[in-house]
Amino acid sequence: MKLLRLAPENTKFPFMRFRRVSYPFSAVLSIVSVVLFLSVGMNFGIDFSGGTLIELRAKSGTADLAALRAAAEHMNVGDVEVQGFGAPSDVTLRFGLQPGGDAAQEVAVSRVKSAIGDGYDVRRTEVVGPRVSGELVQSGTLGVVISILAVLCYLWFRFEWQFAVGAIIATMHDLLLTVGFFALTRLEFNTTSIAAILTIVGYSLNETVVVLDRIREMMRKYRRMPTDQLIDVSVNAVLPRTIMTATTVFLALFALVVFGGQVIRSFSIAMIWGIFVATYSSVFICSPMLIYLGLRSDAVGAAPEPSGKLAKTSA
Amino acid sequence: MLRYATWKIVSILAMTVFAALIIAPSLLSPQSREALIAHLPRWIPVRSIVLGLDLQGGSHVVLEVDAPSVTKTLIENLRDSVRRILREEKIAITGGIGVLPRGVQLRVPDATERAKVMPKLRQLATAAGSGLPDGSRVPAFDVTESDNGLIQFTVTEAGVNAKVRRAVEQSIEVLRRRVDALGTTEPNIQRQGDDRIVVEVPGLQDTSKLKEILGTTAKLEFRLVAEPGADSSEFEQLDDQERPGAKLPVEKRVMVQGEDLVDASPGFDSRTQEPIVNFRFNIRGGQKFGEVTSENVGRPFAIVLDGKVISAPRILSPITGGAGQISGRFSVEQANNLAILLRAGALPAKLTIVEERTVGPGLGQDSIDAGKRAAYVGAGLVAFYMLITYGVFGVFANIALLVHIAFIFAGLIMLGATLTLPGIAGIVLTIGMAVDSNVLIYERIREEAHLGRSIISALDAGFNRAFATIVDSNVTMFVAAAILYFLGSGPVRGFAVSLALGILTTIVTAVTMTRMMITLWYRYRRPTKLPI
Repeated sequence: MKLLRLAPENTKFPFMRFRRVSYPFSAVLSIVSVVLFLSVGMNFGIDFSGGTLIELRAKSGTADLAALRAAAEHMNVGDVEVQGFGAPSDVTLRFGLQPGGDAAQEVAVSRVKSAIGDGYDVRRTEVVGPRVSGELVQSGTLGVVISILAVLCYLWFRFEWQFAVGAIIATMHDLLLTVGFFALTRLEFNTTSIAAILTIVGYSLNETVVVLDRIREMMRKYRRMPTDQLIDVSVNAVLPRTIMTATTVFLALFALVVFGGQVIRSFSIAMIWGIFVATYSSVFICSPMLIYLGLRSDAVGAAPEPSGKLAKTSA
Repeated sequence: MLRYATWKIVSILAMTVFAALIIAPSLLSPQSREALIAHLPRWIPVRSIVLGLDLQGGSHVVLEVDAPSVTKTLIENLRDSVRRILREEKIAITGGIGVLPRGVQLRVPDATERAKVMPKLRQLATAAGSGLPDGSRVPAFDVTESDNGLIQFTVTEAGVNAKVRRAVEQSIEVLRRRVDALGTTEPNIQRQGDDRIVVEVPGLQDTSKLKEILGTTAKLEFRLVAEPGADSSEFEQLDDQERPGAKLPVEKRVMVQGEDLVDASPGFDSRTQEPIVNFRFNIRGGQKFGEVTSENVGRPFAIVLDGKVISAPRILSPITGGAGQISGRFSVEQANNLAILLRAGALPAKLTIVEERTVGPGLGQDSIDAGKRAAYVGAGLVAFYMLITYGVFGVFANIALLVHIAFIFAGLIMLGATLTLPGIAGIVLTIGMAVDSNVLIYERIREEAHLGRSIISALDAGFNRAFATIVDSNVTMFVAAAILYFLGSGPVRGFAVSLALGILTTIVTAVTMTRMMITLWYRYRRPTKLPI
C-alpha cells in the first residue's frame, strides 16, 4: 500500500533565518491584538457581562426576527439583542443586567417570556447575576495565570531555564493572538472560551515541549554545532510529527465546528485558530528565543564527555 | 522488543474487557437496562453515564445566603441576650443598648457592677458563635471594655462566616425536603463555596414553581397537639415526619414562633448519655414557652416546620428559663437532623437567586445528537487519516484509539462524573490529541530506520526515545486540565475531567497497547521491511 506523506522527508529548512521576519511579524500581530482588545474589546457573553439569554425556536419553523425586534422595544428591559442562531427557526434574545439586583433579573425574564407569546418554544434560559459574573472573570483569569506558572515550574525543573522562558514567551504570544482573534471575529466570549484558551495554552506548551525535547537531545549529541544550526536540525527532525498532529487535531475540531452544534461552535473555532498559532509559535517564536537567551550546548548539564571546553560552540 | 511479558498482555486485555463491561449498560435502552439490573446479583453495580443538565434538560439554580441579613439576626439576638443578663443581674445602664451596624454597645458607668457583669457578657459573645466539630466555638463577637464604662460588641468576620456556613447547611436541609416534595427525579442540591447552594433538577422546565419554593424562608412553629374531643375547627391534621404516612391532629393556634428560637444543637444527656437536642429561646420566646409548658405539662408539643410535624415531644416539666432539651430515644444522627431543622426555622436565612440556567429537553437531545455526530465524524476522519498515513501501524493506532475512547467513558462512569456538552468537546479533542503519542512514536521509528538501524532496533529506539517526550507533553497538558478543573465550574469542569482522563489513558493505550500490538505483529510476521 502506498502511504500518504504530507511532510517531505529529510527537510533542511533554515527555520532560524526566518526569525528576522517572524519576530517583527508576531510583534505587530501582538500589538494589534492588544489594541483590538483595548479598543474594540471582547464580545462578552452573559457569563461575564451578566444578564439574560433566552433561546427560542419558532413553532412555525421560521423565526420572524423583525417582529421579535419590534416586540423587544416594548419589553422594557433595555437593549435586547435579537440574533439568529444556526437554524432559521432558532433565535436568541440577549439583554443586559437590570437595575435592582438579583430579584430584578427574574422579573425581567418573566416579562420578556410573556411578551414573546405562543409562537415560540423556550429552549434555554440563562440568567447570570452581577456578583456571579464578576467572580467568573476573576476565576477565569486566575486559572490562566496559575496554569502558566505551574507549567513554567515544571519546565524549569525538567529543562534549562532558557527553555522555560522560551516556552512561556511562546505561550503568551499564543494567548495574546487568541484574545485578538476573539476581539476581531466578535466570537462570543464565555466560560467555554476560557476552557478553549486554557486548552490552547496546554496545546501550545505541548507543541513547544516536543520541539524543546528534541533540541535538548540534539544538544547532547552534537556538542559542537552552533546553536542556530542545532535548532534547525531539531525542528526539521520533528517537522513530520508537527504537521501530522496538527492535522489530526484539526480534523477532530473540524468535525466539532461542522457537526457539534451552535453551543460549542465558538469554542471549536477558537481552538482551530489556537492550533495554527501554537504550531507557528513553537517553531518560529520559542525555538529562536533560545538563541537570544544565550543557550549553548555546554549549558546542558550531565555532560558525558570529560572536558567542558571541547563542547564550546562558536555561535 | 521481541519479548513482551504475558502478564502485561493479559492485564491490558483484562482492562479493556473491564472497560467494555462498565460501558455496556449505558449503551442499552433504559428498559433493557432495568431488566439487566433485575437479573444480575445485587453486588454487581450497574451504572450508566450521568448526563449533565445541558444534555438531558432541566434547571440549574444557584442561590446565595444573604450574609447581611444573617449578621443582622445575629446582632438582634445578642441585644436580647444582653438585655436578659442585665435584667437578671439588676445592672443599671445609661442610655439603653445601642445597635450598631456591626454590633451592640452599652454603658455601665459603675466599675464594680461592670466587673460583675463582664464575665457573663464575654461568655455571651462566645455562646452566640457557632460550634465546631471538635467541640470548641468560634466567638461571634469581640468584646471591648473602656474605662468610661462603654462596652462594645463587634461582630467578627469568622463568626459571621461560621453562621453563614451553618445557614447554608440548614438551608440545604430545608430545600431538600421541599424539592423532594416536587416529586421530580433525582434533584441534586449541594453547597458551592462558602455561601452558595446549587439546586439542579433534571427534566424540570417550568422554573417558576421551583423558584417559588426556593425563595420562601423556612417557617417553624410550636403548636400543641390537639386533645381528644377538641373542636375540629381548632385543629388540623398535619403529616407526622416521625411516623411516615401518619397524620397528627395539631391545634391551629401557634404558641411560639420559630423566630424566637435562638439556637439548637445536638448533645448528650448528662445522666443517661442518650442523644438529645438542646434549644434556647430569646426573652419573648422564653417567656411564652415557659407559660405554655407550665400550663400543659404532660401534653405533646408539636414542632411544625413548613406545615409538617418534625417532632412532637411530651412536656415533662415547665421550661421557664428559656432553654431546654428534647429527648426521645434519638440516634445521634436523628438528634443532629432535628437540631438542623430547628435552626433552619430559628435563623431563617434569606436566599437570593444569583444564577439560573434552564435547558429544554428538545435542545438537550439536539446537543446529544450533535455531539455524537461530531464524535463519529471526528473519530472517522482521524482514523482514516492515520490509516492512509501509517498503514498497518495506523490500524494499531486506531484500535488503541477505540480502546482509549472506551477508557474515557469507563472512567467517567466510575467517577460518577457528568457528561456535559463541553465534556463531549473535550473527548473529541482528545481523539485528535491521543494519536499524537502514536505519531511521535511512529515518526521516531521512521527516523531511526532512516539512520540505518535494523527494523527491530528502530522499533525499540522509536518507542524508548519518544516516551520521554510523550511524558513531558502529557504532563504539561495535564497540569492545564487540572487547573481548569479546580478553578472552573459546571460545564468547564466537565471538559477538564474528560480532557484529564483522556491524557491519563493515552499513556496506557497509545504507548503500552500499541507497543504490544506491534510486538505481536513482529513476532508473527517477521517483516523484512518497515511498513511505514
